[in-house]
Amino acid sequence: MVQLGFYINQSLCTGCKACSVSCKDKNNLHVGINFRRVYSFEEGNFIQQPSSGIVQNVKAFYFSIACNHCAQPKCTQSCPVGAISKDKDNGVVTIDQEVCQGTQLCVKACPYGAPQYNKKVFKSDKCDFCIDLQEKGEEPVCVSTCPMRAIEYGPIRELRKKYGNVSQIKGMPSDSLTHPNIVITPHRDAKMIQ
Amino acid sequence: MSWDEAIDTIAAEVKRIGEQYGPESRYVNYASGQSWGLHGGKNAARKLLALTGGYLNYRNDYSSGAGNVATPYTYGTNNSGSSFDSLLHSKYIILWGQNPSEMIFSTPYREYLMQAKKNGAKIIVIDPRYTDTAIAFADEWIPILPTTDNAMMDAMGYVIVTENLHDQAFLDQYCIGFDGNHLPKGVLKEESIKSYLLGEKDGVVKTPEWAEKICRVPAEKIREIAREYAKAKPAALIQGWAAQRQAYGEQFMRGGAQLACLTGNVGKLGGWAAGTGYWSRSDIVYPFSYDNPIKASIPCFLWTKAVEQGTEMTVEDGLQGTDKLSTNIKCIFNMAGNMLINQHSDINKTIKLLEDESKVEFIVVSDLFMTPSAKFADILLPGTTFFERYDIGVPWCFGDYVVFGDKTIDPLYECRDEYDVFAELAGKLGVKEKFTEGKTTLDLVRESVERTKKELDPNFPTFEEFRKMGVYHFKFDAPLVGFKEQIDDLQNHPFETPSGKIELFSKALWDMNRHDEIPAIAKYIPSWEGPEDPLNEKFPLQLISWHYKRRCHSTYDNQPWLEEVAKQEIWINPKDAEKRGISDGDRVQVMNDRGSLNIFVKVTPRIIPGVVGIPQGAWYTPDKAGLDQRGSINVLTSQRPTPLAKANPQLTNLVEVKKA
Ligand code: SF4
Ligand code: SF4
Repeated sequence: MVQLGFYINQSLCTGCKACSVSCKDKNNLHVGINFRRVYSFEEGNFIQQPSSGIVQNVKAFYFSIACNHCAQPKCTQSCPVGAISKDKDNGVVTIDQEVCQGTQLCVKACPYGAPQYNKKVFKSDKCDFCIDLQEKGEEPVCVSTCPMRAIEYGPIRELRKKYGNVSQIKGMPSDSLTHPNIVITPHRDAKMIQ
Repeated sequence: MSWDEAIDTIAAEVKRIGEQYGPESRYVNYASGQSWGLHGGKNAARKLLALTGGYLNYRNDYSSGAGNVATPYTYGTNNSGSSFDSLLHSKYIILWGQNPSEMIFSTPYREYLMQAKKNGAKIIVIDPRYTDTAIAFADEWIPILPTTDNAMMDAMGYVIVTENLHDQAFLDQYCIGFDGNHLPKGVLKEESIKSYLLGEKDGVVKTPEWAEKICRVPAEKIREIAREYAKAKPAALIQGWAAQRQAYGEQFMRGGAQLACLTGNVGKLGGWAAGTGYWSRSDIVYPFSYDNPIKASIPCFLWTKAVEQGTEMTVEDGLQGTDKLSTNIKCIFNMAGNMLINQHSDINKTIKLLEDESKVEFIVVSDLFMTPSAKFADILLPGTTFFERYDIGVPWCFGDYVVFGDKTIDPLYECRDEYDVFAELAGKLGVKEKFTEGKTTLDLVRESVERTKKELDPNFPTFEEFRKMGVYHFKFDAPLVGFKEQIDDLQNHPFETPSGKIELFSKALWDMNRHDEIPAIAKYIPSWEGPEDPLNEKFPLQLISWHYKRRCHSTYDNQPWLEEVAKQEIWINPKDAEKRGISDGDRVQVMNDRGSLNIFVKVTPRIIPGVVGIPQGAWYTPDKAGLDQRGSINVLTSQRPTPLAKANPQLTNLVEVKKA
């Protein structure tokens, strides 16, 4: 099997959310449902010096994530009707809409918030890696949309060879839970403290 | 109403108002919803009016209004920028109030900034907000209080000069006004920049300690940045336009240029001249033209004044081309724009003005959406998108490419392109042939392509090639460096100023004799509704706005997906929120003497204490009591113009915020 994965160059991400919107467009998702999500993080304080100047230690970053098509997905195991499967050729995890019963157990099981429950059709769905586009030789829409070219995809082994092994940043769930197929170049403020 | 009836009505009113009040009563409002093409609605309206007696002109814009007038006093032109590929050669980049992550300032700019960073350039962002640009690009964020930028600039100048880091040879050779030996005749020595910085006349030495108290940037930080900027050669100080949409925005623009000259970064690859920063080298021919027989013009920001007191306006108000207007504005065409209500200052005041039918008698609006401005139309025309017409797309605001705007579908329903509407109106008024010159919009595109190839760029594709390619990229061997010609050979390429040199001291400004508000050199001027205004006892927070990444000005504020991407909310620092018992996500009321609005709040350390920010462009959405429920910032902004340019000061506001 050639497992596919995403590479996120988070150090370049401006938080424009074009990736998220183009994904909505491709998958026709209404407000509240986002197969790709852009999270923001911010922290810091301001202190006014006696001389009246202001010093600060503000840190902030954005992080774009969809589904990591994990090596040990929690979602597949959680589904009581077996709607979620992992493709044996490319490792892409999909939810079969015909089979899904809307129990939302995958929504609870996934540490990354990837499966999205659609209240209108009582089913959950998520990123399928734009596999239809890939079969036509095209890129997933988030990849082709990102104006900073911060998202790449491909066989995870190659991505790791090129970009390293970071798959967890500040604020993210432990990568030991599902072994996500994602490689990240963290933003300067998002690196895990070793 | 049918199209026939609409056209008949417009033709009759245009004629009646023109005859009754004279052509100066007719006005085509500033609008940018459909600009930069060959034949926008604005131009169609203007051509029709030009052919039937004329109309009152406007000058300048709402984007860089203060800078557009101020920068030429320094450099003789607004083209003080360089192409962004020049940044690959910069060692140090200061983005002063500039935010290319959240607004588009030339499409490839971010790419070059990214490359510059990779090349090792240090990037500093000076801004009251920790912007998305700071997140992606900055090595350091310097928060500063709005309206006080020039205090920091003065102190940087002081450090550079007193530590002998300035480029004396550059100043001697190219500039007027640095020291007493380089001032125009008849001006006393203590009017020089050096003398001002050292406090020789006013007794105020412009030290970093002096500036810290005003702008809140610690003195040591100011020293550090001044030294780094002066020593890292070449260095680029690039100014955004937000900080010149301020009460004394002219000073900000000239102040940045002054620092670029002090450090000799002008005309050099990888440097940057600062100032307004336009550049252009990828032009096309615009074949749709007209000549307005009326020469009178007003600054665009003063159109409400021209409605109310046009006949009383003078040179002091920026009236040009005539001593006196013969009439107030009586008829307005507002084509693909939201400046009629939403984007102009002081919405409440403008509403009162427009509601008084004795003032403006007839308003025509063309738009795709029922915007707040469209609601004030007497006749509202359903316009077309660029998918429904032929045109050539030119990048905002710079970029070495043009796009073939192919018509992909016929206009939907009863929508019509403004060109066709105005051609029909021209028919009713007997000037159709002159209006169209027998051309369709596709003919205009064809003519532009053919003439561009012939007159400007032999490599430009033919019409058929361009149509097939979709996009044409102009190719250049080297970056364009602003003022390179002048710096390389001043003798044969003088600056377009009266003296032929860079006028850090402008005799023309000096002679205006309003030195307190229009100084001859760039200076910090304490701003009305700035941190030093006593009004801050009542309204203690400075309010700014910014271009929101989820819309272009007010366009697409009505898009639910984009509301999900970035909500309309006011930013407030946790310190200010806590004092007021405000928590993240609350509804708050924001108010000053001009108005009041309700909006959701984001409590965030990404904005300096003492300052709140509302993304500009939200559609004015009053409830039954007339209180805006969306957060349209212009409910709170002022119509008081900047002193020199008569430009919009829309980021200069004092407000109070409380829980709604
Ligand atoms: S990210 Fe979540 S939904 Fe996607 S494969 Fe992993 S566990 Fe399943
Ligand atoms: S499109 Fe790219 S830059 Fe924009 S939010 Fe997504 S990953 Fe970040």
